[in-house]
Amino acid sequence: MFDYATAAVEGALAAGAAYADARVVSTRTENIEVLNQNVQEVARAESIGVGVRALIGSSWGFFATAELSAPAARAAGARAAAIAAASARVPGPPVELADVPVAEAFWESPFLEHWAEVPLSDKVDMLIGVTATMKGVPGIALARAELGFFDTEKWFVSSQGHRIRQHIVESGGGYDATALGERETQRRSYPQSFGQYETGGYETVRAWDYPGNSQRIAEEAVQLLSAAECPDGEKTLILEGSQLALQIHESVGHAIELDRILGWEAAFAGTSHLDLALLGKHRYGSEIMQITADATIPGALGTFGFDDEGTPAQCVDIVKDGLWVGVLSGRDSAARAGLPPGGMVRGDGFNRLPMVRMTNVGLLAGDSSLEEMVAATEDGVYMATNRSWSIDDRRLNFQFGTEIAWEVKKGRLGRMLKNPTYTGITPQFWAQLDMLGGEAERIHWGTPNCGKGQPMQIGHTGHSAPAGRFASVRVGVKG
Amino acid sequence: MTDTAAIAERLVEMVGDRAEAQATVTTGEAALTRFANSFIHQNVAEATPAVSVKVAIDGKAARGTDTRTEDSALAALVERTLEAARLSPADPEWPGSAPAAPLPAIDNYDEDTAAASPDRRAEVVGRFIAAADGTDAAGYCDTEALVVGFANSRGQQGTTRRTRATIDGIHRVGTVAGSGHQTSVRLGDLDGGAVGALAAERFRLAADPFDLKPGEYEVVLAPECVASLAIFLAFYGFNGKAVSEGQSFLEIGKQQFDEAIDIWDDPGGPGALGLAFDAEGTPKRRLDLVRAGVSLAAAHDRKTAARVGGASTGHSLPGLEIWGAVPSDLVIGGGGASEAEMIAAVDRGLYVATFNYCRVLDPKTLVVTGLTRNGTFMIENGRITGAVTNLRFTQSFVAALCPGRVLDLGAEVRHADSEFGPGLVRCPAVRLASWNFTGGAEG
Repeated sequence: MFDYATAAVEGALAAGAAYADARVVSTRTENIEVLNQNVQEVARAESIGVGVRALIGSSWGFFATAELSAPAARAAGARAAAIAAASARVPGPPVELADVPVAEAFWESPFLEHWAEVPLSDKVDMLIGVTATMKGVPGIALARAELGFFDTEKWFVSSQGHRIRQHIVESGGGYDATALGERETQRRSYPQSFGQYETGGYETVRAWDYPGNSQRIAEEAVQLLSAAECPDGEKTLILEGSQLALQIHESVGHAIELDRILGWEAAFAGTSHLDLALLGKHRYGSEIMQITADATIPGALGTFGFDDEGTPAQCVDIVKDGLWVGVLSGRDSAARAGLPPGGMVRGDGFNRLPMVRMTNVGLLAGDSSLEEMVAATEDGVYMATNRSWSIDDRRLNFQFGTEIAWEVKKGRLGRMLKNPTYTGITPQFWAQLDMLGGEAERIHWGTPNCGKGQPMQIGHTGHSAPAGRFASVRVGVKG
Repeated sequence: MTDTAAIAERLVEMVGDRAEAQATVTTGEAALTRFANSFIHQNVAEATPAVSVKVAIDGKAARGTDTRTEDSALAALVERTLEAARLSPADPEWPGSAPAAPLPAIDNYDEDTAAASPDRRAEVVGRFIAAADGTDAAGYCDTEALVVGFANSRGQQGTTRRTRATIDGIHRVGTVAGSGHQTSVRLGDLDGGAVGALAAERFRLAADPFDLKPGEYEVVLAPECVASLAIFLAFYGFNGKAVSEGQSFLEIGKQQFDEAIDIWDDPGGPGALGLAFDAEGTPKRRLDLVRAGVSLAAAHDRKTAARVGGASTGHSLPGLEIWGAVPSDLVIGGGGASEAEMIAAVDRGLYVATFNYCRVLDPKTLVVTGLTRNGTFMIENGRITGAVTNLRFTQSFVAALCPGRVLDLGAEVRHADSEFGPGLVRCPAVRLASWNFTGGAEG
């Protein structure tokens, strides 16, 4: 496979590229979905091809082909260079690349039990059992469960001498129960909405004990139909870990992407409220807010050995003691900003141009616990499991809904609340963070569906988070 | 050119009498020229075949996909998909393959667009950027050419194809921006200068925005906002799966919308971008969803149609069958007013250019939260009097269009983008009696 990547790079250089790199990517996936004990989907996908990136002047040119032969790869390289050259009709400042070590390496994500070795019938039977338990709860209309698996091999070659092979195995899934009221639907999900995904094999699915939580999840969905509405007003807000993880993803992770800050995503994904002139000075949140972008966390979804530019995985401080100190970057964006390259550029398969992507952007542990947060709260709301998310194009104004909440009164969890929402402005919100769970409660949550770029790319990102408490937040926004 | 139908038929032959089979093969080239800070910075193209085969053995179904088209890869795809089907439990709702049926004469394809060079896209981009001085322009121009072949073991087979070209972008300085958009089956139709001029005009109007107190306001929504409404109505409401699962607002035969509202799905006709058949090989045709405000129908694939004792309407989405049946060539009928006339009719309200980051809070009532973007303007006494900073809304999209709430529909019906991609919706601007804004830039 290295030969095809090499041919692609040679083709681009011969056609005038100042720099070129190429990835042969082979991907196998398996997806299973069960609804009310009936299999809805068993899908197995394979893809393989080469994508080549050519740099000429101020633009990248990129071409991808599924035809794997040396002549086709060489021609793809030439097409990439021709596309880059056409960009000169609307030129800008030349792209420069920050230096990174030239590596020849092999890296593999650890796994114990490859998902492909687990019989399909075992996986299907487990999902059918989970949906049977949930559907058995009176009031549940829809009991859905799914598993998703990825096996990705990459061969990366650059015109600077990189030659890197990686093998990444990812596994995950989840389930949800839906109860239908006359004018409403209520849903509960486990382990989190859209599933929990990690690097690793089937052992990561087993660890979540799908069957053991299905009865509780279904009962909660039914109870929500008759629960009280979440009140509106300013409240102390406690967020469960997976919701806090998504809060990090949306209001920190995307905001610190250097391509957004530089305006490269302005028309679609948007820009950022962050100004590079304030790096190291801007207060992102309270002093207990410590955020890193760490691509080396074992088992986390945003973990790899090298990014898709050949830069080694690393851990970068993003927010330290509440101050904004770091960004997510690649070789071109780092050079433009005069910062060290962070190794955070990845592409979605062989046929997408690699771009700045979150790795594992997460909170370091605090010194509290969920129990202590509740005990310390006089009048608040504890919200769990994301139901909706929306944030503006500068990653400032957000509104989240969760599946479930509980009233917190005088240090105790009280009645269940339905349709909980909260809203805020990023720096003001994070400034309210006053309690954070400890290492024992911190989970490496995985987001398997992060959309960015044109053409659209789906990224896999990780977000470590325990539960956290925010002193005063507007909750209960209604339509 | 690769004979996609022949490959699809080859797959069905390989399955033989071991299972029911349906195969879809898509080839073509997609290319996108992206610009930011007023120059082209990312310029991409790909030629990636998509080969899909679905097999069912006594209702035990599985789907396999690949990017390779050579015989050895097709054979491996067939064998691993059959293996997965054998290991799966039977789906009691397996609807069987589509019967052989004539296909409509739909051919939304332009050879010139299919052969478009990066230079052609760069020309369109250059004209968009040149429409304003002193701004940072950003956006994209793309071209797409698809050829889809289908075959199944009941003898249905055929080929369909389409092209699409889009210019979409903003002119901005800092946080102030204006947007423009155009989509057509033909790259030659795209007028980068005119789209850029609209974006530039909206940018100029958007200068010096002020924070408006959230609340209920009468609104004139530009077609890009209306496209967002249409997409959510389609996915959560007119989707036969959502209807059969009790998660849709849709009540057939009921006056759920204002009598000014007509909604239909049409893959053909002038300006359309649709294909001749869906992912199951069912022929596509016009489907009336709402007429004079009365809900008439849901879109169905073979499975959801069987649930309600009906026939597929040809709305199974390729690769996304699990999502249900969704209209993807939507049209909202127009009225008689120009946008200027609609603005002139507003005493106090807002004109919104685009919505952004819309997400559902409750699927059944279709309460959605989202934000305004790239141009939100105060209307007072029939004229735009200033720009407003972006607002958050929390609004039922069904309630917004319910009887008595639609005050005017624009005369121009055109392709309008939403955050979910181009080429899915043709619609006019609308004037609505109220829209629930729940937060401003400061929360």
